[in-house]
Amino acid sequence: MSESAGSARKILTLTDVVKEFPGVRALDGVHLEVLEGEVHCLLGQNGAGKSTLIKVLAGVHHADSGEILWQGEPFAPASPQAAMRAGIATIYQELDLVDDLSVAENAFLGHEPSRFGFTRRRSAAEQTRFILGKLGHPEIPPGRLIKDLPAAGKQIVSMARALSHNAKLIVMDEPSAVLAHDEVENLFRIIRELTAHGIAVVYISHRLAEIREIGDRVTVLKDGRTTAAGLSARTPTRELVGKMTGRSFEYAFPPRVAPDKESSAPEEKRTPLLTVTNLSRAGEFADISLTVRPGEIVGIAGLVGSGRSELLETIFGARRPDTGTVILNGHRITGVGSAVRHGMGMAPEERKSQALLLDEPVFKNMTLASFAGFARAGFTAARDERAAAQRTADNLELRPRDVDRPVRTLSGGNQQKVVVGRWLLTRENNAGGTRLLLLDEPTRGVDVGARAELYQVIHDLAANGVGVLLVSSEVPEVLGLADRVLVMREGRLIHEALAGEIDEDTVLDLVMAGSLMEGEAA
Amino acid sequence: MIAETALPKAQKYDDNLLRNLGLVGVLVILVIIGIVTRPELYSDPAWVRNNVLIILQQASGIGVVTVGMTFVIIGGGIDLSVGAIIALAGVWATTLATQSYGAAGMIFTALVVGVAVGLVNGVLIAYGKLVPFIATLAMLVSARGLAAQISGKQTQVSANETINSIATTKLLGIPLLVWILALVVAAGWVLLNRTTFGRRTVAVGGNPEAARLAGINVKRHSLLLYVLSGLCCGIGAIMLTSQATSAQAAMANLYELDAIAAAIIGGTLLSGGRGTIIGALFGVLVFSTITNLFAINNLATEVQNMVKGGIIVAAVLLQQFRYRSLTNLLRRRNVSDKP
Repeated sequence: MSESAGSARKILTLTDVVKEFPGVRALDGVHLEVLEGEVHCLLGQNGAGKSTLIKVLAGVHHADSGEILWQGEPFAPASPQAAMRAGIATIYQELDLVDDLSVAENAFLGHEPSRFGFTRRRSAAEQTRFILGKLGHPEIPPGRLIKDLPAAGKQIVSMARALSHNAKLIVMDEPSAVLAHDEVENLFRIIRELTAHGIAVVYISHRLAEIREIGDRVTVLKDGRTTAAGLSARTPTRELVGKMTGRSFEYAFPPRVAPDKESSAPEEKRTPLLTVTNLSRAGEFADISLTVRPGEIVGIAGLVGSGRSELLETIFGARRPDTGTVILNGHRITGVGSAVRHGMGMAPEERKSQALLLDEPVFKNMTLASFAGFARAGFTAARDERAAAQRTADNLELRPRDVDRPVRTLSGGNQQKVVVGRWLLTRENNAGGTRLLLLDEPTRGVDVGARAELYQVIHDLAANGVGVLLVSSEVPEVLGLADRVLVMREGRLIHEALAGEIDEDTVLDLVMAGSLMEGEAA
Repeated sequence: MIAETALPKAQKYDDNLLRNLGLVGVLVILVIIGIVTRPELYSDPAWVRNNVLIILQQASGIGVVTVGMTFVIIGGGIDLSVGAIIALAGVWATTLATQSYGAAGMIFTALVVGVAVGLVNGVLIAYGKLVPFIATLAMLVSARGLAAQISGKQTQVSANETINSIATTKLLGIPLLVWILALVVAAGWVLLNRTTFGRRTVAVGGNPEAARLAGINVKRHSLLLYVLSGLCCGIGAIMLTSQATSAQAAMANLYELDAIAAAIIGGTLLSGGRGTIIGALFGVLVFSTITNLFAINNLATEVQNMVKGGIIVAAVLLQQFRYRSLTNLLRRRNVSDKP
């Protein structure tokens, strides 16, 4: 991957870097060595210190102690601009682009080509076009507004911005998280292009398979310390996961007895809990029919943009279908209100923007869908709510188990538990409770340990007769969790199978090309 | 993981108390300035007592309006039409025709006008999908226009003794207007902190999408917030009419700005999702104390307005500073403030 003319030079060296926040040692002795033209992967669970490390490199935070050498010189950027000028560009997970500015304006944001204070738009557009061409995307018009680009396009603009600074090191924080499968391939192609020109990439991802494909070397962080530096990217999974967690698994699905595959199951378990019939929304999905039975976990596999999130939201009543019906337990669902009333819950795709009140305490977030049920004559019963939330937090092993803490201070995995807990709590509270849970990317941004705990929670729910409809980009997750798998592509359900009767490759084939089994489309 | 365990366990995450203490501090400073500039007045206990009641009475009308405004802002909106609603409600309640129905008729009219205008605001914003700023700006202009139309640009004198006596009546030595303010503030506090309505308000303002996906009827709730604000304006209209024994289209001029400013310096987040009624009350009191300070020193109101502007900026700057630094400082020292 790297052209390595002779032995590649060290471009960045961190020795024993420490960064302390009030009460927290976020970095506690980090060692990192990045070579010119290599893809250096950074691995670690949520809270291991990756984000802080990135921000130290980007000039957002300043290290308290330790040594940072950048191209052989001591490096302590005073600001993000200084880091950029020095040649370190950072592409954050939540892309920091301005939606209402054009591609070119974003690429050169903060250092627009100008003369006498007037921006030189044509020059910026030309340079942007050149850079986009270098990135293999000459088709993106420099004048297009950012908000009109898909996620993958935005990421390319972020990279164009990095290149507009002549960056020698680009830090990418989970760049693949927002991308669909084929777009990840393109991302990798661009990364290879960059490294071929001697640019080093620090690549952060939760997905080990990606690291194996694109990475040269790996540094593992745990609790703010480097537990392994400069390992080969081909180090066995078991070993890498072990360095991250002290455990050795990536996907750990708890053992599970699949429900009622035998006909001996009681009658009420066989009648569907959820029946979706011919559901369509123009431009999003068409003619979707599916069922979920009590205690059954149904997984939908599909790419980002296949219409799966829109489908879930429509089933939940948050979008109005053009045609078709959603029946839950005999009740027609007409909106979110009726969905919740009749026992449907949803953990949406974007936790922070769609599910949580970040400044509010855990217990108020957990009771967001049920506080009215606790209330007496319109007066909230905070004590009852807190007690119920505490029980749920204990059941879910929320860490910390302090339900008065603002949700903002929790890690991604624990925030997700709060969102799921919201619907479990509803179930404990009023008879009937949550009968069907819709989960949209339940483990996005969730670390390995918390992931396993969430899987257990989902299984426990199903064991208690709750139906689960789950959407995930991670095919192994769908296969490992679900009893039945539906494959979605371009807004249509194209295949259905029991989880035990389909494998990952088949699903991926269906999801991406559909070439294999086109004829079987239902 | 580490970020979690390191926070002190008994940490209270609420800095409302701190913020309110800050505003009390500002009030104390203002009183000290008063004592220093007019020591001879402050040496008379009877004058001090009377002056406090004057300050409270002056705060009463705007205070009631600010409670409604605080709800609207916490709920993620803004109501620029409050001054205009008061004018319309005041004028409508003092037409000869309305006055012929007596005090009850006048009060009823003011409240209904307030609620009705709030309802129009709410429908436009929640269901017509107008931006709150625009919808209530339009209402500001047109409600004052309608008030001028109804009153024929004349000052309408209230001939109703019951209405006029509201401003002069005292209960237990405290003006009725102050009692009304206290009642509205108490009701507002309970509504915000102890009812499902208040919880919805915070949810809708803090994250409307999350509220919607949790089954909360966000549109209906937004509408109700403007109705509540309108109701507060109706009450305010009666209070102001009683104080002036008249109403006119230009009454309650710029109340929207005073109410917004009071809510903001009281710690209400302009973007919604956070705010307190007590803080807003302190905000109102700070303003009326400044007014009073200028009055007892016989200073011009022009300077007063400049000082008000300065106070708003200083308060917000101070809050930002406190939000960043002081809470961090407290955390570092492992001090937990009392609940």
